[in-house]
Amino acid sequence: MKTLEELMALRDAAKANLTTREDSSEVTRIVVGMATCGIAAGARPIMAKFVDEIAKRNLQNVTVAQTGCIGMCQYEPIAEVLVPGKEKVTYVQLTEEKVAKIIVDHVVNGKPVVEYTIGAITE
Amino acid sequence: MYRSHVLVCGGTGCTSSNSQKIIDTMEAELKAKGLENEVQVIRTGCFGLCALGPIMIVYPEGCFYSEVKVEDVPEIVEEHLLKGRMVKRLLYDETVTETEVKGLNDTNFYKTQQRVALKNCGVINPEDINEYIAYDGYQALAKCVTELTPEQVIQIVKDSGLRGRGGGGFPTGLKWSFTAANKADQKYVVCNADEGDPGAFMDRSVLEGDPHCIIEAMAICGYATGATEGYVYVRAEYPIAVARLQIAINQAKKLGLLGKDIFGSGFDFDLHIKLGAGAFVCGEETALMTSIEGNRGEPRPRPPYPAVKGLFGKPTTENNVETFANIPAIIRNGAEWFSSMGTEKSKGTKVFALGGKIKNTGLVEIPMGTTLRDIIYEIGGGIPGGKKFKAAQTGGPSGGCIPASLIDTPIDYDNLTAIGCMMGSGGLIVMDEDNCMVDIAKFFLDFTVDESCGKCTPCRVGTKRLLEMLDKITEGKATLEDLDKLEDLCNYIKENSLCGLGQTAPNPVLATLKFFREEYIAHVVDKKCPAGVCKSLLSFSIEADKCKGCTLCARKCPVGAISGAVKEAHTIDTSKCIKCGVCMDSCKFKAIIKK
Repeated sequence: MKTLEELMALRDAAKANLTTREDSSEVTRIVVGMATCGIAAGARPIMAKFVDEIAKRNLQNVTVAQTGCIGMCQYEPIAEVLVPGKEKVTYVQLTEEKVAKIIVDHVVNGKPVVEYTIGAITE
Repeated sequence: MYRSHVLVCGGTGCTSSNSQKIIDTMEAELKAKGLENEVQVIRTGCFGLCALGPIMIVYPEGCFYSEVKVEDVPEIVEEHLLKGRMVKRLLYDETVTETEVKGLNDTNFYKTQQRVALKNCGVINPEDINEYIAYDGYQALAKCVTELTPEQVIQIVKDSGLRGRGGGGFPTGLKWSFTAANKADQKYVVCNADEGDPGAFMDRSVLEGDPHCIIEAMAICGYATGATEGYVYVRAEYPIAVARLQIAINQAKKLGLLGKDIFGSGFDFDLHIKLGAGAFVCGEETALMTSIEGNRGEPRPRPPYPAVKGLFGKPTTENNVETFANIPAIIRNGAEWFSSMGTEKSKGTKVFALGGKIKNTGLVEIPMGTTLRDIIYEIGGGIPGGKKFKAAQTGGPSGGCIPASLIDTPIDYDNLTAIGCMMGSGGLIVMDEDNCMVDIAKFFLDFTVDESCGKCTPCRVGTKRLLEMLDKITEGKATLEDLDKLEDLCNYIKENSLCGLGQTAPNPVLATLKFFREEYIAHVVDKKCPAGVCKSLLSFSIEADKCKGCTLCARKCPVGAISGAVKEAHTIDTSKCIKCGVCMDSCKFKAIIKK
């Protein structure tokens, strides 16, 4: 390594891996319901898909967490997306295709995918 | 991407309470559950709250598990990492409220701390240079060698007001400028990691938790002073620190952050580790250099100072680990940022190793000027068992003590010197009403007698005589005249010893004499030890009306000094009694008293 630019490039690459440890209010959190009901409905591949998509796009400031039963077992797999300063959005009956779209539209571009939300399904 | 990071403390404290086994078990469990590509386990340096070790933090939740046992690991993996349910029973109780789980930084122990030297300890993986770089590592070095002149670097360090953290408190920038001013074909940078004070372990924790920070700082010092080689003199008793430092040096060399032509600036710097055999005197700078040279660790007279004639006779800058740990942050954030913390003449923060009679044993870093009261009661969690605070010992065998009456003293170099104490390296041993101050002084003298290198007479013979006088006092054989002699000898040793070891060795005696003279007098005149520690002045007896005659004490007594029939009051034969206190500990009726 011979320049400051090389050091900064290395820093940015290394930093992306440490978002998970940031205790910051600027991090977007994706919370996947992983109770028995969620796992039975296929929450594990859903969570893996979220992680894959984030890694593939090298998104910074996004973490994936698990939680227990969200309370609407018939709509599992369920995930909540919490963007700082925005209202929580709850997505239900997720599939891997839906996850990819949520990542692109909502997490990257800031537009929630209304048709996958709890509000759209229960209407 | 790993969705979850599990940080397990790999400092010496937690390692000795089995954290390596916890890591191994966790990795095996994760593999068994197929989670090894989702969850990363990281061994970090010390978190500071050693009393609650082994410590584990799970991100992204940031939840703090304390006193984790190997048996708890499967539950953490199954419940938390697989199903996303925190294991409540293992959470540090202060982080759990009825409605939420608080982060680590909201607890009393951490919230008033301000971490500069310990910034990365317990946060990064010390064996991965990428994590250090992710938290802005090596930027300060890059800035120095590519943008600043050596004079500018020294000016920044001067302006920051940083003073030596090893105990003396000498201005660091000034020290660097002395070496820089001397022309020589070879100069050296030495890091003093020969942490010898009983009860101090901040240098070890920095090396274990953030070794790259020291490497970066030493290279900066080399650039500023014109040195191209550095030595870290570290105790062989710190195997984890030594291993991690070596890994860090290898990684830095691989990336070209050590070696030839760093950042294309033409500046070369190389670093070596030198293991010390643990002699206390080698913490003294000239003895340390003599030891690196391969000779017996004995101090040399100053002047000439190391800045003129140091290691191998060449100009040398020597700083303590914690001093170096502040350097990269000062260069990155500027002198003003650093000097905005602390008091008028003591800038920045100081790390203290809290020990003794205190709830939260561990490492804390606080701005200079924090009061002892805040350290003990706010951060330290107070004294266990509701006992009364008596004094705090600072500076180890070279230091003094702060009595309860001065608990509101803001802690900085000058205030401590003013009350006849010293900052030292930052060991802070808390004592309560059960500690005898004469016995404490004796403990430290015993240490210096062992550790005196023997080169000069005032220290070699003087400390031995001091110890004998203290023995006489604690055995109740001394007279008031002996107290005066004791004080005279203390002052003589202070003035006539060759190096810092001897010059400061009488401090524990002088400080306790100053603040706790009445305790010395009680030993000498009344032949009593008020705290009930000095065995020769104690006698154990049984209160007949409380004794139920259960015979437990008689059975426990190792020398058969207790006699009496079943269900009748027992008695102690004081001629046989060795005053071990076993009877007192075993009595369920509190019938045994010592006085």
